[in-house]
Amino acid sequence: MHGTRILEEADRLMTVCNSCRYCEGLCAVFPAMEMRRAFSDGDLNYLANLCHSCGACYTDCQFSPPHEFNVNVPRTLAVARAESYAAYAWPRAFSGAFARNGLVISLVAALSVAAFIFGFAALHDRQVLFGVHTGPGAFYKLMPHNAMAALFGAAFLYAIVALVMGVRAFWRDIGEPVGMKTDMAALLQAIRDAGELRYLDGGGVGCFNEDDRPTDRRRLYHHLTFYGFALCFASTCVATLYHYLLARQAPYPWWDIPVVLGTLGGIGLLIGPIGLLAERWKRDPVLVDEARYGMDVAFIVMLFLTSLTGMALLLLRETAAMGPLLALHLGVVFSLFVTMPYGKFVHGIYRFAALVRYAMERKAMAHV
Amino acid sequence: MADLKKKFDVLVIGGGNAALCAAISARRAGASVLVLEGAPKFYRGGNTRHTRNMRCAHDAATDILTGPYTEDEFWDDLLRLTGGQTDEELAKFMIAESKDILNWIVEQGVRWQPSLGGTLSLGRTNSFFLGGGRAMLNALYLTAEKLGVEIAYDAEVTDLQIEDGMFLSATLKQPIDGASEIRASALVAAAGGFEANIEWLKEYWGDAADNFLIRGTPYNRGSILKMLLDKGVQEIGDPTQCHAVAIDARAPKFDGGIITRHDSVVFGIVVNKHAQRFYDEGEDIWPKRYAIWGRLVAVQPDQIAYIIFDSTVVTSFMPTLFPPIAGATLAELAGKLGLEPTALEKTVADFNAAVRPGTFDHTILDDCRTEGLTPPKTHWARKIETPPYLAYPVRPGITFTYLGTRVNRQARMVMKDGKPSANMFAAGEIMAGNVLGKGYAAGIGMTIGSVFGRVAGREAAKNARN
Repeated sequence: MHGTRILEEADRLMTVCNSCRYCEGLCAVFPAMEMRRAFSDGDLNYLANLCHSCGACYTDCQFSPPHEFNVNVPRTLAVARAESYAAYAWPRAFSGAFARNGLVISLVAALSVAAFIFGFAALHDRQVLFGVHTGPGAFYKLMPHNAMAALFGAAFLYAIVALVMGVRAFWRDIGEPVGMKTDMAALLQAIRDAGELRYLDGGGVGCFNEDDRPTDRRRLYHHLTFYGFALCFASTCVATLYHYLLARQAPYPWWDIPVVLGTLGGIGLLIGPIGLLAERWKRDPVLVDEARYGMDVAFIVMLFLTSLTGMALLLLRETAAMGPLLALHLGVVFSLFVTMPYGKFVHGIYRFAALVRYAMERKAMAHV
Repeated sequence: MADLKKKFDVLVIGGGNAALCAAISARRAGASVLVLEGAPKFYRGGNTRHTRNMRCAHDAATDILTGPYTEDEFWDDLLRLTGGQTDEELAKFMIAESKDILNWIVEQGVRWQPSLGGTLSLGRTNSFFLGGGRAMLNALYLTAEKLGVEIAYDAEVTDLQIEDGMFLSATLKQPIDGASEIRASALVAAAGGFEANIEWLKEYWGDAADNFLIRGTPYNRGSILKMLLDKGVQEIGDPTQCHAVAIDARAPKFDGGIITRHDSVVFGIVVNKHAQRFYDEGEDIWPKRYAIWGRLVAVQPDQIAYIIFDSTVVTSFMPTLFPPIAGATLAELAGKLGLEPTALEKTVADFNAAVRPGTFDHTILDDCRTEGLTPPKTHWARKIETPPYLAYPVRPGITFTYLGTRVNRQARMVMKDGKPSANMFAAGEIMAGNVLGKGYAAGIGMTIGSVFGRVAGREAAKNARN
């Protein structure tokens, strides 16, 4: 007996799949399944988070609907995965955020933006808010750097703590002792697998999205999004170092490292999310956890808005629009940070942890 | 969809591996090709849906094959398993052609992988399809579509117009785009056998056929085969022969596929509905003797049998779709199975008493055997004495039939008078009986399909041009 109905269904499917095994060359889920004969809740949550939803096993399955065995692994694991996010949320009181995720994220985003706009308006007169500020420290005329760093540092720290607590819960659930053994090889393997989205390629031909013709578009758009995000994050880190170590204040000229990184990342973070959204829109409903449409879309839109407002700020930073745009951008980024542990962002974290576990298991099995 | 009222160069009837290989090869040879698949799109491909590998000769190990499997060894295997019931010329031709199929099929989009978990014994001889048979089919269909092969689903053919061994046209049950009569310069029949046609099976098996389970789709009714044989094509193969394995009695009537089979026979004993053993469960290593159990169960009363084992061997074989039926005592188990408890207890007690000590090793023909028992269990015999006692009910699962159309090396059908047909070719299960008179070896059906499909398509295209 399992804790939820979806885990019951996942167990049924894994029993079907384990007596077939035709899909074992497609991804990591099926080899991991083959290492087991029975499936605990934790095993199923592990498999669910290991699944990249490439859809190949559905298209290749002789027992997928309308067959009476009704085998739909991608959708079943997608639902189980989303339910696991809520189960691992910290603090538990916030797990409800996953239920109506689109609404929650939109509200938090709107409130954050409003808070920054009203904050700026309350603290400054119109001349400052709509004034033209240039040169080093221009942004800090609207919000002192220390205040900005403290606020965002706190938000970021909170997100990290909540995510770590979630991963702890996940790691425990899938049966690993807390305090991951230092297994560098497994960690590196997982970094490689995640970095190239190895298991989003349908076993080599690409993933299945709107029909039975494989394509690599989702992987491409995900790369643009992920590496775009990483570049933007790197840009922020470099800027922070500039500020504290070199005493160089933003805004920086267009050729300087933070701006170059941010611009490149921002472009990726514009194209990637649009592509992902388009692919999500076209995706065959049979593969999708439709109830989580809001969660998927909210996260993609937030990433897109982060980039869009950042790029707008870069282009218009020497005009009177800078003040309102800064408020908008900071509001979006702030809400992105605080909602990270309560939205689609966590998929990357849990999937990475599952990949680490898988790499460890593979090694252990190879030694047996 | 193209205009189906025009005359095609090549008409392929069927939609599995053989049909698609024929369609692709004919199209690549420049022919206009129409494929009529009688099943709906999801069930396209007949038995190919449920396959997973192909047996091809090769002279050296490859990325996915652990060692060489020469033409001679393949031929020896075929000779042994058919007991000589094979057309040597055709069989050797197929084996020689199978070498190049390993590459050709990859050019058609099919991908290989090393042998699947639980099938290590096939790692040297058989190449496995990445993602299984349906993945293989999907790849062939995509390639065929890209090449411009026309494909129609739900396109059941109810009649063939054949004159003096020459195909003229095929009649559709339901017109497609207003066309109900399909004309073509050449025909490739690749529409499988009749394993899903219970009435036809009954002609040879009597009412026992009512208890057969069909491992593939309900669409393998053999109607094209019947039409061809009725219209003068020479028949080949024993109509009573079929590839049948023991599958779980709880499986659906049709299309249970691979996951309903049991490979646990060697780990226990098999009894019939009277709780009596009837064959040496330890005769040979799985999967070599895997294929005999379907026929063995088919001749038992009510076509049912039970694999009985105990809790010590549960993890010795692949996990099963249906869980074993369990009893804390043999009597309790017998009650759940509907067997006479005292009879089962006696059968197991007699068996246990006959077991001689030995060193168990299921990977070789070990020395664990019975003595003074009829029938004996000649290997892997260990006492059944650790509860819970477990059982799988099994029935014959029919995979494919061997009755077919005679062909020559061009895959061209041969008429009853011995003359080759003017423009009719056959590939796959519908002509498998030419090389496989009886017996079975894993993956050989796919070899027959791909090799003769490719040849049939090429020859049909050539025929259509002339």
